Amino acid sequence: MSISIEHVKTFLEKELPGISLKKVRESLLLQNPADLPSAARALKDSSVFKLDFLSSITGADYLDYLEAVYHFYSMQNKTGAVTLRVRVKRGSPNIPTLVPVYRGAEFQEREAYDMYGIVFEGHPDLRRIFMWDGFEGFPLRKDYEQEDSETLEIADVQWLEKRSVQIPAEMKQKAEELHRDGKRAIARQPTDKNTP
Amino acid sequence: MEKTLQSGDFKEKSFVLRGERDVDTQTLEINVGPQHPSTHGAFRMNILLDGETVVRLKPVMGYLHRNHEQIAENMSYAATMPYTDRLDYFSSMSNNFGYAMCVEKLASIEVPERAEYIRVIMAELTRLVNHVSLIGFLLNDLGAFFTPVVYAFREREKILDIFEEVSGSRMMCNYLRFGGVKTDIGANTLEGIKKIVRAFPAFLEEFETLLTKNEILCMRCQNIGILRPELAVNASITGPMLRASGVNYDLRKVDKYSVYDRFSFKIPLGSRGDVYDRYFVRILEMHESVKILEQALKDIPQGDIINRKMAPFVKAPRNFKPAVGEAYARVEAPKGELGYYIVSDGTAQPWRYHVRAPSLINLTILEDMCLGQKLADAIVILGSVDIVLGEVDH
Repeated sequence: MSISIEHVKTFLEKELPGISLKKVRESLLLQNPADLPSAARALKDSSVFKLDFLSSITGADYLDYLEAVYHFYSMQNKTGAVTLRVRVKRGSPNIPTLVPVYRGAEFQEREAYDMYGIVFEGHPDLRRIFMWDGFEGFPLRKDYEQEDSETLEIADVQWLEKRSVQIPAEMKQKAEELHRDGKRAIARQPTDKNTP
Repeated sequence: MEKTLQSGDFKEKSFVLRGERDVDTQTLEINVGPQHPSTHGAFRMNILLDGETVVRLKPVMGYLHRNHEQIAENMSYAATMPYTDRLDYFSSMSNNFGYAMCVEKLASIEVPERAEYIRVIMAELTRLVNHVSLIGFLLNDLGAFFTPVVYAFREREKILDIFEEVSGSRMMCNYLRFGGVKTDIGANTLEGIKKIVRAFPAFLEEFETLLTKNEILCMRCQNIGILRPELAVNASITGPMLRASGVNYDLRKVDKYSVYDRFSFKIPLGSRGDVYDRYFVRILEMHESVKILEQALKDIPQGDIINRKMAPFVKAPRNFKPAVGEAYARVEAPKGELGYYIVSDGTAQPWRYHVRAPSLINLTILEDMCLGQKLADAIVILGSVDIVLGEVDH
């Protein structure tokens, strides 16, 4: 059974005066990220919606901003989903954490932090979850420079030659050219795409 | 006498030991894994022990991380299908199912009835494979080293033969397509599945004779690793683990996706939420799966196995471009709620592809269940969570 998103919007506007909501497809965008925990708590405690189950948290990169998408369901009413989304600037990607309201947010927020660098303020243990501690950058951001696995760099050539591996001449030449220009072997970026 | 233990890098939680001990003990920090047979893959638990009692447990994952989501964002929709096999490599059919459902929701594709029945049959066979091997591995963790696994794998092998027959591969099936399935199942294969399904209850009975009332199993599993239902719901726990805690939530009944609303089956629930309940709920779920399979095999209609509109895209997958939009779909995989979230920007590649992995999220409360338990029990509790590292690490 689905929940009408207009119904949720009226409820939240009545419950939390001053909240600014915008409908995006079948979801609600919270204009101010600071409203997220109070909105989630209001929906969880409400006798109508009883959204006690946070199914999924997804980070996403839309070039101009980063986004976190939350899918809520109700295990008591067996209804759902209610989708909330929050947008933050790339420069200051801070969103208040949902861990005090939903324990299930703990690993998912760590995942979004690891992959997109979204900082969940107040998270009890915000560390990288999949990448190692010294890792730099956020791999799922659209501007993350992905290494080109087809092209060799000068360091690769040296490493391979030390182990007496035969390298095709053009590959070696390409590596030397890159080194001369001070470039790295980076795969093409999907910058020609338009954000949905 | 009460003593509070705290370690340097773990200030927010402390555990109070109660007892009449008058000996001061030193805490000992140990790493279980990543190379350890009981961690079910490359998974590490950083455990602080007081004697044999767990006072802190930190799961460390990522050893199998390959950025599944980024790989999918750089490929056509159809090319991701075989990669989903590698998430939970015990139940590739269920992973395919969730992904296909999400893309079908995104692009509003209908699925022919026969294909839906085939999907349900494959998903339930997968559940049998998963639960039967999980119970085998759980018994391994309990110290019954590899005898129950041999019994479990004997049955699993028969089902994997069916998978090989229909898809060409035992484990990495890559069988579902958007709008249907890859190949039809013939009369011989159907007969083979019927034979397995007919024989399965007898095997379960044999398995249960050896295990369910076994005194050692009862003593090792009962009242160990108790998970309260309120905490389970709050921590987004799903699947047999949630139902062992007594929460009635099964997506096959709640969402009634595919053709699950046509079959009559029950949702087994536990009462205490301990390791024993998690074991027993899985046994009962297998009985229910057999019921679903019997009904599906009886009712399976003739007809198309793939939506005719989608057939051209099987040969030219890069022409498949769903309209701008987003979709979130979830299925009841053997390990819990497997969700997929896809955002399309109108091109042949998804803009955002996200997997809600049940194994990862079910680990959230591993520490809560293990605190105050013995080290040997922590291993059993981890076994009862049922994780697969391909899915935990994406």
